[in-house]
Amino acid sequence: MNAAPPTTSALAQRPEHSEESPLSVHAMTVAYDRKPVLWDIDYDAPSEALVAIVGPNGAGKSTMIKACLGLIPKASGTVEFWGQAHKRARSRIGYVPQRESVDWDFPVSALDVVCMGRYRKIGWCRPVSRAHKRVALECLERVGMADFAKRQISQLSGGQQQRVFLARALAQESDLYFMDEPFAGVDAATERAIIAVLRDLRAEGKTVIVVHHDLQTVPEYFDHALLLNMRVVAAGPVEHVFTQENLHKTYGGRLTLLSEAAEAIARRDRGG
Amino acid sequence: MSDLAYGFIALDLMPMLAGVLAALCCGLLGNHLVLRQQSLMGDAISHAVLPGLVLAFLVGGTINPAYMFLGAGASAIVTVVLIQLVRRLGRVEPGAAMGVIFSVLFALGVFLLEQGNARAVDLDASCVLYGNLESLSLHWTPADTWDAFLSKATLEQIPRQIWTLLGMTGASIVFMVLFFKELRISAFDPGISTAQGINASAIQFLLMVFVAAAAVASFEAVGSILVIAMLICPAATARLLTDRMGSQILVSALAALGASVGGYFLSANAPESLVHGGSVNAAGMMAVIGGVLLVLTIIASPRHGIVARAVHRQKLSRRIAMEDLLTTLYRAREAGAPHHASGMPAVARAKSSGLVTAKNGALSLTERGLADASAIIRRHRLWEGYLVDRAGLLPDHVHAVAETLEHLDSPSPNETDAPHGDQHGKPIPPAS
Repeated sequence: MNAAPPTTSALAQRPEHSEESPLSVHAMTVAYDRKPVLWDIDYDAPSEALVAIVGPNGAGKSTMIKACLGLIPKASGTVEFWGQAHKRARSRIGYVPQRESVDWDFPVSALDVVCMGRYRKIGWCRPVSRAHKRVALECLERVGMADFAKRQISQLSGGQQQRVFLARALAQESDLYFMDEPFAGVDAATERAIIAVLRDLRAEGKTVIVVHHDLQTVPEYFDHALLLNMRVVAAGPVEHVFTQENLHKTYGGRLTLLSEAAEAIARRDRGG
Repeated sequence: MSDLAYGFIALDLMPMLAGVLAALCCGLLGNHLVLRQQSLMGDAISHAVLPGLVLAFLVGGTINPAYMFLGAGASAIVTVVLIQLVRRLGRVEPGAAMGVIFSVLFALGVFLLEQGNARAVDLDASCVLYGNLESLSLHWTPADTWDAFLSKATLEQIPRQIWTLLGMTGASIVFMVLFFKELRISAFDPGISTAQGINASAIQFLLMVFVAAAAVASFEAVGSILVIAMLICPAATARLLTDRMGSQILVSALAALGASVGGYFLSANAPESLVHGGSVNAAGMMAVIGGVLLVLTIIASPRHGIVARAVHRQKLSRRIAMEDLLTTLYRAREAGAPHHASGMPAVARAKSSGLVTAKNGALSLTERGLADASAIIRRHRLWEGYLVDRAGLLPDHVHAVAETLEHLDSPSPNETDAPHGDQHGKPIPPAS
């Protein structure tokens, strides 16, 4: 071994891998059972931004988030957060998994779930103190769910459950958030509540990376977009990358989706 | 000390204590298996430790707890790894993988038992299943006065199995209290748990090691049938009675205590007529009581039980029948035609609660009945209007839907939601 592997600082010197960037993905490939799901992903997320990851089913959107968080192994590539490995940046990263990924019959209250966002701060083998519960309750208040704190989670509607998940992410007090389809199957009130919280987070200087399904609302809700279909098709500010051509490349010939997107683009052009 | 007390202490105390400790230990750990929907994993591990135990016995030459825990721990690890392998390579569902592995490993254990020189000692196949509770009293001859009983000599007589079980139960309680939070998050949401640095697979593995150790500590005294029953029944019982993890664990401990103490006394005092050839196996009876408790809870649990749900349905259908009677009478009154209905239980109930009166066989609404009926009719007609005006249904399709919606407690539309009024030209009664 004569050539030393590139160190963190060497990567950080490269313009696209700055310590400013909350997330830098470099040459990441992920495979399930030797079948690649993500190929050679390069991506740098801006700070203080709401980023949408869009792409068709099976494009690897959730996989990308999980691989960044170290929940599934990478075949190759590096992921850095502010120029640091995930292990060292862990407490600055929040995560909202898909709502269907957990058992909502689990015997816990909404407040218990939100407290889970504090577990890292509380530390191993220690009980949840009153101060941490108070923070959790404030987070429930921010998503309009304080009245439901004592409810068992199976007694909440789908939208309310999603808001509990969001409150748990807030309780993590992170600087970078990954959210996997927080808008899927929620009511209008919840959608408004979520987007208000996302905008608050951005105003506090945080970055939120959201897997999003509804192409129509991308220009309205997000600053940046990452168009994904096994590879990165395009990434950057929404007004640059959210074009007919890029969407066509991402989605192939799925006409209904494309016409929806065309509408959205037209609306954005009129509005802008 | 009275004869009765001495008889109990000399004959029953040690076997009962072993049963109670084993039930408590397995019952507590079982909560985390039930919460992870992995009860079968407990079943698998408690069977699959057998070859490890036998090997430990063959290597150690005698029943040596340290070797046995090592052997069982090794088998538990092999089991978990093999199950993963079969799942991935054989592409079968997890339940099938567990079933294959634990039955094969258990068979291997029985084979080793038969082959090895273990046959001569108290490691034999039936002991593995039913345990050997009654033998715990054999070398236990405590003093018969309280002063002499409460001494160091008595402590020294307590069988080794009791100490092992006591240690294991204590260790399980410490584990579950210390890692309460970590066990909770890794069971509920492994993704966020791991992302925060609480490795869900590691916690899961630790839990499996504890289950394996509990199975080993229990098996010699109580046998694997009680282990499996206690890993599942108390926790499943408590799951139906509570909706918080902490209270579930406490209730499961009570259920385990009840099943073991109750089972022991029933087996000790079983009526002669029911017992063919000697005595009832105490561990088996404890497992049966654990199962009976679960069945009783399934039937009678206040919220999730069969009875509670049946009562709820009955109440609901009575209310709907009553509301349908009131609206029928309202419509009859609107049409100016008298209504004759009798024999229906709803009519009798409506009469006795003063909503309906009968004159010459024709039913009519009282003032209170009319008020109730107007409110329901109002909901019905507003829902019909809403379904046409807002949801775009055709007027002749909405009656059946509104017939259901009128019975709901949730807020119904008001006049602004249904600007065109009733779809069939009928007046909408005003809000009271």
